[in-house]
Amino acid sequence: MYTPHTDSDIEAMLAVVGAKSLDELVKVPAEVALRAKLELPAALSETEIARKFAALAARNTAPELASFLGAGAYRHYVPPVIGALSMRGEFLTSYTPYQAEVSQGYLQAIYEWQTYVCLLTGLDVANASVYDGATALAEAAIMAVNATGRRALLVSKAVHPNYRAVLATYAEGIELEIEELEYAPSGATDFRGIAERLAENRYAAVVVQSPNFFGAVDGIPPEYAQAIQASGTLAIGVVAEALSLAVLAPPASWGCDICVGEAQSFGVAQAYGGPHVGFIACTKEHMRRIPGRLVGRTVDNVGRPAFVLTLQAREQHIRREKATSNICTNQAHCALTATIYLAALGASGLRDCALENLAKIRETQRAVAAVPGVGVRFDGPVFNEFVLRVPGRAADVLEALRERRVLGGLDLGRFYPELGDSMLIAATEMTTQAEIEALAAGLRAVVPALGGAGLAAAR
Amino acid sequence: MSQPANLLYSKDHEWVAFEDEIATVGITDYAQSSLGDIVYVELPRVGTKIDQFGNIGVVESVKAVSEIFTPIGGEVIEVNKAVEEEPALVNREPFGAGWLYKLKVADGAQREKLLSPQAYDELVASQ
Amino acid sequence: MPRLADALAAPLIFEQGQAGRANRYFPRHAESADAYLPAEAIRPELPLPDNSELDVVRHFTRLSQRTFGIDTAFYPLGSCTMKYNPRINDAMANLPGLRDLHPFAPDELAQGALAIMWELERALSSLFGMAEFSLNPAAGAHAEFAALLIAKAYFRTRGETRRTTVIVPDTAHGTNPASAAMVGYKVVSLPSDKRGRVDPDELKKVLGSDTAVCMMTNPNTLGLFEDRIKEIADAVHDAGGLMYYDGANANALMGNSRPGDMGFDLMHLNLHKTFSIPHGGGGAGAGPVGVAAHLVPFLPSPRVERNGEEFSLQFELPESIGPMRSFWSNFAHVVRALAYICANGEEGLTKVSQLAVLNANYIRASIRDVLETPYDEPCRHEFVATAQPLKRETGVRALDIAKALLDRGYHAPTIYFPLLVPECLMIEPTETESKETLDGFIAALREIVQQAHDDPVAVQCAPIETVVGRVDETKAAREPDLRWRP
Repeated sequence: MYTPHTDSDIEAMLAVVGAKSLDELVKVPAEVALRAKLELPAALSETEIARKFAALAARNTAPELASFLGAGAYRHYVPPVIGALSMRGEFLTSYTPYQAEVSQGYLQAIYEWQTYVCLLTGLDVANASVYDGATALAEAAIMAVNATGRRALLVSKAVHPNYRAVLATYAEGIELEIEELEYAPSGATDFRGIAERLAENRYAAVVVQSPNFFGAVDGIPPEYAQAIQASGTLAIGVVAEALSLAVLAPPASWGCDICVGEAQSFGVAQAYGGPHVGFIACTKEHMRRIPGRLVGRTVDNVGRPAFVLTLQAREQHIRREKATSNICTNQAHCALTATIYLAALGASGLRDCALENLAKIRETQRAVAAVPGVGVRFDGPVFNEFVLRVPGRAADVLEALRERRVLGGLDLGRFYPELGDSMLIAATEMTTQAEIEALAAGLRAVVPALGGAGLAAAR
Repeated sequence: MSQPANLLYSKDHEWVAFEDEIATVGITDYAQSSLGDIVYVELPRVGTKIDQFGNIGVVESVKAVSEIFTPIGGEVIEVNKAVEEEPALVNREPFGAGWLYKLKVADGAQREKLLSPQAYDELVASQ
Repeated sequence: MPRLADALAAPLIFEQGQAGRANRYFPRHAESADAYLPAEAIRPELPLPDNSELDVVRHFTRLSQRTFGIDTAFYPLGSCTMKYNPRINDAMANLPGLRDLHPFAPDELAQGALAIMWELERALSSLFGMAEFSLNPAAGAHAEFAALLIAKAYFRTRGETRRTTVIVPDTAHGTNPASAAMVGYKVVSLPSDKRGRVDPDELKKVLGSDTAVCMMTNPNTLGLFEDRIKEIADAVHDAGGLMYYDGANANALMGNSRPGDMGFDLMHLNLHKTFSIPHGGGGAGAGPVGVAAHLVPFLPSPRVERNGEEFSLQFELPESIGPMRSFWSNFAHVVRALAYICANGEEGLTKVSQLAVLNANYIRASIRDVLETPYDEPCRHEFVATAQPLKRETGVRALDIAKALLDRGYHAPTIYFPLLVPECLMIEPTETESKETLDGFIAALREIVQQAHDDPVAVQCAPIETVVGRVDETKAAREPDLRWRP
C-alpha cells in the first residue's frame, strides 16, 4: 500500500468532512454494493513481489536462446545512458503537457522527436506518436479516406500481416474495403497491372512497406508512383524496422504522402510486444488530418520561445464525434526514449549500427546458404532480415532448432499458406558469430533428417 | 449592434450577399467574436454542390470548432484563398475581406428562409 | 545578472553538436552501404546531429528539470488519477526475462509472461465483476473503440444491425463520442439532471430499437455516484441495448462496488490511472477491455488460455473482432499493474479507494466556503468547483487560478472539463497524498482566492515563477511550427 494516512489523520479528516467513518463516505445503494468474495492475490511485501516476478521471469526462457526473431520487433543494443535519462522521475510521472508553463522540457523533447521523424522520413510534418506501427497504419488509412473521400485501399501482401490484420479490425468500424497487391520473386511488391486498377479512381491509398515483411527493400518505383498520384490516390509507406531509415532512401523520396511505422528499434524494449511506439509523418498538405497530439513552437507573453500542444481543435476532447480520431494518448515516454537514443547515437552511430545490421544479415545468409537443402527464398536486397526456404515444413525445422537452443526465426506458414516451407530470419548488431554458427550447425543437423522425411512423405 | 443592411442572415450566424445569381457567404461579427481568435478555416472545394443549410466547412479557434452551414444552396464557384492563408481576416473584417466562399444560387426563393438585418439583430440580442 | 531560468534555457538538440563528435557504441565500418545495397535504395544524406554523451545527458537532464511530474509535487489533475508510481513496478518490468522477451517467442518459452497476463486478467475480472478481460488495447480510448466494435459484432450476430445509436451523458469524456464515430455509430447526448446525474426517466425517452450502447462512468466526471445506476441499466437492457462502463474513475470503486454488479456489459480500465502505471508525459498507457459472459467470444485476439499449468496464446477465435494493435498487450504495463495489485491485495485496494474518496472530500470541505462547489454533497474520488462567482466579482477565472497554483509549486487541476460546469476546477488528489500535502494545497488555493479579491491583476499575470509565462497559443495554431528545419 502506498497510502500515507495514519489513524489520527483519518480521524481528523473525517471530522472536517463530517463523516463518521470511511465506510459511510463510500456507501453505495445496497443493490450495487459489493457482496462477492474477490479473487485477488494476497498482499505481498516488496521482497516477496521481487521474488514472485523473478520466478515468473525465469520461466521465460526464450531470451536465453540464440534468437533470429524479428518480424516487427527487434533486438537492438540500448546504451545505458538512454534508460538513465528516460527514467528520470519528472519525465516518467508527468501527465500530457497541457500546462505548457511547467512542461517546457517534455514539450521540447516531443518537438525534437517530431523533427527526427521528419528528417528520417523526408516528410514535412510528424505527430507526437501513436500506439504502434499497426495502429499508425490504421490511422493513416483514416487520413487517406478523409482526404480522398474514397473507401478502398490497395495493400501490398508484403506489409506486416499483423498490421494488415489490425487494418481489417479498424475497417469493420470505418467500413473500408481492403484489396491486395501480390509480391514478386524478388520479395518486393508486384505492381504490374496496377494501372488498370487505379484507372477506376476508387482507391484512397496504396500501402507499401520497406523493408517489407520479408526483409526485402521495397518501395514504389517512379513510374508507378506517378500513376498513383495521377489517379488521385495517396501513397502510404510503412516502416516496421525504423533503423533501416539510417541507410535506406527516405519514404518521401519514393513518393509517399504519408509514412507510418514502428520505432521500437530506437531504444525501446521488446517487452513481449509493448509498449512500442508508432509514428505518423505526412506532407504539409495533410497536416490538418494527422491524428493525435502535435507540439508547436511559439512564444510566451513576453516573447520568449516556448512550446505548446497545438492544433488541438482537431482532437477528440474538442471535436468529440467529429474528431480526426478518438486517439488521446500518444506513446510519449517511448517517443522520448527514442529521441534520447537518436540524440546519443547521432548520424554516425545510427549509420554504424545500420551497417552492422547489413553486415550481420549477410554473414547469416552466407552461413546458412552453405547448408545443403536450404535456399534463400527471395532474391532482392534486404536490410536485416531474409526468408529461408527449407525442405518440408518450416514449423518442424524451427521446433527441431529449438531443441538445440536456437530460435531460428518465424514460420511464415503462419501468415502465408504458400510459404509453409519458409522462415523469416533476422540478424542485428546484437547477433554474435557464435549464434550464427549455432544456427547454421543446427540447420545442418536438422534439415537432412526432416528433409528426408518430407521427401519420403511426398513420394 | 446593428448588422450591415445590405445582407441577409441565417440562424447559424452566417451572412450572405446577393449579386444577380451569385451569393457571397461569410460569418457574422457576432460569430467571430464568440469564437475568439480564429486559427483555421476549412472551405469547400470549388464545384461542390450543396443544399441550403448543409454543412459546408469549419471554422476553428484555439479551443473550439464551429461548423459552417451554408445559408443558401448552390454550386461553389470560388473560395477566399486569403482567409485560408490568414484566418485572422475573419476576425478583423468578417463582413469584408473575411468572406468565405461564393456560390451560384440554385434557387433564389431560398432567400425567403433567411433573416433580415433587423430579425438577426433581435436574434443576437436574445443570446 | 542572468536569471536561473535563462541559465537553464535549452537550445534544441539540433542546434548543438558537431559532425564527428560521435559516441562509439558500435564497431566502425570503413565500407559504406553501397557494399550491401543498390545505389538507388540508399539515402544520400542523414542530417542528424552528432553529440557527445555528456552533452546528451545535460540536454535531457535540463529538459527533465523543465518538466513537472508527480515526483516533483502535488498533481491534483481531475480525471487523471495522478497517484504515486511505485518504483518496484518499474524494476519488475525491467527484469531481463520480461523486458527482453520477443513477442513471437514460442509459448512454451514464454510461460512466465503468459502467466502474468492471465493472472492480471483474472484479478481485474474479479475486482470489477466481469467475466473476462482482454489486455490487448493500448490505451483507454483504444479500449473504448474495441468495446464498440465488440458491441457492433454482437448486434450483427443477432441480426440487429439497425442498432446504431450510442447514448452519452453530457458528463462523459470527449473520447466517448469520438470512439462512437469510429464505428459509424451516431451519438445522442443526454443532459444531466439538477443533481449532476443521469435521470432514468429522461434516458427512457431516448431509448429505442435503435439503441446500441449507453456509455457511462460511475462515479461520473463530477465525482458523483450514479445512485440510480441499476434502474438505468435495466432500462437500457429492456430496450435491447448494452451498458458500457468507462473505467476512468475506477479508482473510487475498488472493493466497494463493481460495474458488473451495476449491470454493465462492457468496460475498460486505464491501467495508467487506477493501477499506478506512470503516465510518462501522455503515454504509453494500457486499456484492458472487460466483458460480461455473453460478449466473451468477441474479445480482441489473441487471448491467453490456460490449460492446467500450461498457458498459450489463442489466435483462432472465429467471432473475435480481431487484433487491435501490432502485438499482444502493453506487457511492461501489465507487469507493473500486477505488481501493484500484489502490493495491495484486496484489503489494500479497498483502502486505496476509500482514502482517495477521503482526500477529495477533505479538500472539498476545506475550500467550499471560498470556491463554490455546484453539486454540494459528499463526492467520490474527485469533485468540481467553479470560479464563476469569483469571476463575476473579481474578473479572475479558473484559468488564472490554475496558473497561480503553478507559481506556488502545485500542478493545476483540470479546467477544460467537464464542459457543463463553467469556469470549473476539477480536483482529484488521489490516495497517495498525505494530510500535510493537502493542507498546503488548501492554504495555497485559499490564498489565491483572497488575492483575487485584493489584487486580481496579480492572479491574472500568473505564472511568473515558471521558465516561461503564458504561451501564445493563437500564434502556435495560426503559424504552425511543428519541427526544426536545417
